[in-house]
Amino acid sequence: MSVDLEKLAQEEYKYGFVTDVEQEVAPKGLSEDTIRMISSKKNEPEWLLEWRLGAYESWKKMKEPRWAFLRYPEIDFNDISYYAAPKSNPSPKSLDEIDPEIKETYDKLGIPLEEQKMLAGVAVDAVFDSVSVFTTFKEKLAEEGVIFCSISEAVEEYPDLVRKYLGSVVPRGDNFYAALNSAVFTDGSFVYIPKGVRCPMELSTYFRINAENTGQFERTLIIAEEGSYVSYLEGCTAPQRDENQLHAAVVELVAHNDSTIKYSTIQNWYPGDKQGKGGIYNFVTKRGRCVGRGSRISWTQVETGSAITWKYPSCVLEGDNSVGEFYSVALTNRRQQADTGTKMVHVGKNTSSTIISKGISAGEGQNIYRGLVEIGKNAEKARNYTQCDSMLIGDRCGAHTFPYIEVRNSTAHMEHEASTSKIGEDQMFYCRQRGLSAEDAVSLIVNGFCKEVFKELPFEFAVEAEKLLSVSLEGSVG
Amino acid sequence: MLEVKNLHVQVDDKEILKGMDITVAPGEVHSIMGPNGSGKSTLAQVLAGKEAYEVTEGEVTFQGKDLLDLEPEERACEGIFLAFQYPVEIPGVANTYLLREALNAKREYRDEKPLKHVEFAKLAREKMKTLGIDEDLLKRSVNAGFSGGEKKRNEIFQMQILEPALAVLDETDSGLDIDALKIVANGVNSMRDSGRSFIVITHYQRLLNYIVPDFVHVMVDGKIVRSGGKELAHELEEKGYAEF
Repeated sequence: MSVDLEKLAQEEYKYGFVTDVEQEVAPKGLSEDTIRMISSKKNEPEWLLEWRLGAYESWKKMKEPRWAFLRYPEIDFNDISYYAAPKSNPSPKSLDEIDPEIKETYDKLGIPLEEQKMLAGVAVDAVFDSVSVFTTFKEKLAEEGVIFCSISEAVEEYPDLVRKYLGSVVPRGDNFYAALNSAVFTDGSFVYIPKGVRCPMELSTYFRINAENTGQFERTLIIAEEGSYVSYLEGCTAPQRDENQLHAAVVELVAHNDSTIKYSTIQNWYPGDKQGKGGIYNFVTKRGRCVGRGSRISWTQVETGSAITWKYPSCVLEGDNSVGEFYSVALTNRRQQADTGTKMVHVGKNTSSTIISKGISAGEGQNIYRGLVEIGKNAEKARNYTQCDSMLIGDRCGAHTFPYIEVRNSTAHMEHEASTSKIGEDQMFYCRQRGLSAEDAVSLIVNGFCKEVFKELPFEFAVEAEKLLSVSLEGSVG
Repeated sequence: MLEVKNLHVQVDDKEILKGMDITVAPGEVHSIMGPNGSGKSTLAQVLAGKEAYEVTEGEVTFQGKDLLDLEPEERACEGIFLAFQYPVEIPGVANTYLLREALNAKREYRDEKPLKHVEFAKLAREKMKTLGIDEDLLKRSVNAGFSGGEKKRNEIFQMQILEPALAVLDETDSGLDIDALKIVANGVNSMRDSGRSFIVITHYQRLLNYIVPDFVHVMVDGKIVRSGGKELAHELEEKGYAEF
């Protein structure tokens, strides 16, 4: 009676191909020399090298955190290469100078780098392993005073801005993975929106891991000056390999008075195969500071990839009346594990935060929501609304919720709602009775479950997210 | 159209249908009446392909095909529609969205082109008017927060869009006030034609004043114990099921 979906479950990860391109790869292992090598490759100023070395010193004294509800073998940090870059022209001035293989890679991923072929109104920074290979629409954005470039370029062109803000949100010794990233980060995006400017297009960065045995350590920094607005989106994919690969990123956001930063992620790193072999280990520190009054930071994430996800995009609400938001869909299928959530730290008066988390577990996937809402003693009349919903598909998966609430001001207003549901047999039957196949029915029901989050995504990507979710769910019923 | 022969069905080792027979020809309306627990809803669910029901004996032929061999969605695409007694809620999925997906699944099954948004909207608007459904109901999540009457009207609306060959109405009248009952009955009557059949499951004769059946069957303890014309419903209304 049940539908034979076994073959759908075998379906290949769509983005699992490898680009054959000559690359310069640093020898495996991490030492001061590795860091000096990365820094000199990037022609970095002395202060940045010192900053990296300081981070490395802190990191050496730290222990890998094991408090997350995740199971994975110990990572050998000396068995990873910390730098890989295509040998061809490292800083192409135009598209013609890009290695055709790399260009083709982005075409295959559906991210053509030719501006006329792009989704209208979206600018892209393409990061390939350790380097940014191209950024589109730079000139057009510059007309408005918007800076959108790779972080390496920003270090050279806008050193004062980088020096002022780098590590101002996530200090270099913040945690084990952030310290590691601070020591060895290679590339990522830099965004600066000047006072009063509404960024005229969506900005996005597409991260691609290609090289073998290489970690990707990107660093992104976004600054929104007073009264400005920016919407930024990142996408991620990686080839299908048997070995696990490490991805440890740091993202810092700074929102000044009355500015808004919307940060969206569609994470689709290779999740590993059915037996749990291979896949990306995704250990990411993302944090935003609402330093100005009335500022607003909104995180939206759709996490469908990676073997391991360890990620808590957070907001520190310092400015009075500032707003923090976290909208998350995390899906674990096969043997994937995700420990994800957020921290909302209320410092200023009348600050408010919203957390909407939707966890979907299928196959043997484990999905963990972990969140902290902290109301400081001066945060008069702070408000938080938290909603955590979990959906289970099948009987071999798990959902876990760990909400932490710390309130030090009695005027705070807190709301917390949580639910766990099994995808209903009755819902499935109803949809199938109307003519939908079992897999279409699951995808329809799950997409409905995630609606509140998808509506926060930029329109062009909401459709992508729905498709991605359907693909990731394939083989989850049967 | 439909031929059910000696159908035995059990759930959790308990036999519910114990040798059910019914034959429905194209264009006919059959009503099945009977006391609670006689197996009426089980029959509806089995025809639609609910997995929890195990067929232990008997056969069901629908338009020449072995119905029991088909998945629920194949049965739907072949032309079977079940108006559920308790329509389920699907949060976050717009009513129209489900319906368009369903209609297009059916069209694809028949190698027809999917309907475009505009064409579907036009079709939906036509049907809505006759059922007194307002546009707001279409945009809302499937059955979520609908009143009992709205849910039932929504089932009939779906039936009108999907145009099944055989519609099984499982206590569609329960919980309806007289106005809603008339709307539902009109929805059914407007679809009656020589090629389409209905099985109307109900406890009460009241509905049959509006949807006049060709045949009435009395079901007791898992099989049909008596069949007759529409006058049988009146007799049941007076005497109840005690004599069976």
